[in-house]
Amino acid sequence: MRPVYFIAGGMTKFAKANQHKDFRAMVKEAFDYAMADVPNLTLDMIDGSVASYFSDHFTRQLKAASMVQDYLGLCPKPSRRHEGGGATGGLCFQTAWESVASGRMDICVAFGFETMSRVNTWKGNEFIALASDTNFDYPVGGFYTGYYAMMVRRHMHEFGTTVEQMAMVSVKNHGNALHNPWAQFPMKLTVEDVRNSEMVADPLTRLDICVMSDGAAVCILCSEDALEKYDLCDRPVKVTGIGCGTDTMRLADRPRHGVILLPHESPDDYRHLEYPGVHSFRAGRMAAKQAYEMAGITNPLEELDFVELHDAYTSSEIQTYEDLGLCKYGEGGRFIEEGHSTLTGKVPVNPSGGLLACGHPVGATGLMQAVMALWQLQGTIGKHCGGDATLQIPDARRGLIHSHAGTGTYVTCTILERGF
Amino acid sequence: MAEPDKDAVKLPETETGTVVYKVDPLIVKHHYEIDYIHSYAQDSPWFLGLMQGKLLGTRCPKCDYSYATPRAHCYRCGGETEWFELPKEGTVHTWTTCYFGSEEFLKETPFHLILVEFEGVNTFLLARLVGVPVGGVRIGMKVKARFRRLSKISPTDVYFVPA
Repeated sequence: MRPVYFIAGGMTKFAKANQHKDFRAMVKEAFDYAMADVPNLTLDMIDGSVASYFSDHFTRQLKAASMVQDYLGLCPKPSRRHEGGGATGGLCFQTAWESVASGRMDICVAFGFETMSRVNTWKGNEFIALASDTNFDYPVGGFYTGYYAMMVRRHMHEFGTTVEQMAMVSVKNHGNALHNPWAQFPMKLTVEDVRNSEMVADPLTRLDICVMSDGAAVCILCSEDALEKYDLCDRPVKVTGIGCGTDTMRLADRPRHGVILLPHESPDDYRHLEYPGVHSFRAGRMAAKQAYEMAGITNPLEELDFVELHDAYTSSEIQTYEDLGLCKYGEGGRFIEEGHSTLTGKVPVNPSGGLLACGHPVGATGLMQAVMALWQLQGTIGKHCGGDATLQIPDARRGLIHSHAGTGTYVTCTILERGF
Repeated sequence: MAEPDKDAVKLPETETGTVVYKVDPLIVKHHYEIDYIHSYAQDSPWFLGLMQGKLLGTRCPKCDYSYATPRAHCYRCGGETEWFELPKEGTVHTWTTCYFGSEEFLKETPFHLILVEFEGVNTFLLARLVGVPVGGVRIGMKVKARFRRLSKISPTDVYFVPA
């Protein structure tokens, strides 16, 4: 595998409904933004693309990626579509990395989108729930918020995690987004606001849950050769770690055995823990372990400058702190309560505002996280956020992006480092 | 043969039309519906069991690992599993009460979802819990299976009530 650089990114502002542009025009807008950031790159130099979108139901169009490839002017170059639920964007980014790392392409575009405003919210929830087992899970009352509510209920039982700790994640992420002009749902909130908002599936309230969105995002990756030959970018970001994990489709089928350990953990830490059960995401731990091994990370809390993770629910952010080894299993609630994941904490988590505040146009989400991470590492947050550099992590050198599909069935972790 | 009258050739006009919500941009209603010919295939015995008041699980004879769900092959060794009858009683491993849901289930809210844990069985079963008021579900609560008298060929043909 040869070195791969991430050189440019773009996105549309995520919105509840973007009815003036269809998915092709939204991707085009994000693509043009990315291209404008690397002026020496022209369309003819691009070798191919990877597409990311989750649901054909939302597009009401099969093979929608072909239409985007066509619209961007990338035909007849190679392309393929990725689909892996909520992790689609993260998987797409990793396939773009593979396309360049393998030598198949020198310059590869990863594009993603979702147009969720095409149906009402509860029909949208139904489409998402169709990404659970339609024979055995969906007919019982298919609702993803319900599944995650059961998972965190068990987390609370095992570890004493509280609803107030979950609410703190919502306060932090919506607050960060006040400085992110790309975000759909910036808000100044209190823990009481979160707890007093409407109960959706006990214990998750409306403000514990991300919203549906229309949006697109684009990432451009290239080889070292292309970077130097064409003088593409003076602030390239290097992809140094790639990991991916999976788990059973049915929550009910999750096993209970030993924890997959990271280098800074020992079996004694978890002598009585049945793992993963339904309280933790085994796929997230597997993805993190692989990415850390490849990047040479042995203590993530000390060695990562920031994390952009998949917080579709406040509870999943807490569970993911643990999967990523930012703290031990069971300590996630205290991790947020002690402020370690705030903008000025030990490892800022979701400086962008995460899915909770940015929105979650599924196929675009994982790529949006990558774009925000790129700008962090380039030190260009201010430039891309309308002159407001509040979210810029000072001297950010290494970050992790994390993408996650329904109840942790697919999880990706990618390590990005400053390459200049 | 006479030449067709060119002016008379046209697509038929009908009484049906399109619902228009907005013209800038143009937003219309598009309806989509489909009936599938769906086979439960290797999982069929599980649904047929429910019709007879039997709740089946699967067990791998090689691994001695048991699933509280239908699973024709073992995820540990890849071998074929055997059907066995699950106990009628179990405990609540975790739960939620849904106040909202997918469109199809909105009219049933609020409802309780539980994962049932059975003594000696390695995995769980997702089910509805009824007969417990909102706020009354607890982890560890004993529950027992009940069956619909008239099967709907659905996993909700079995549901749970307090034991």
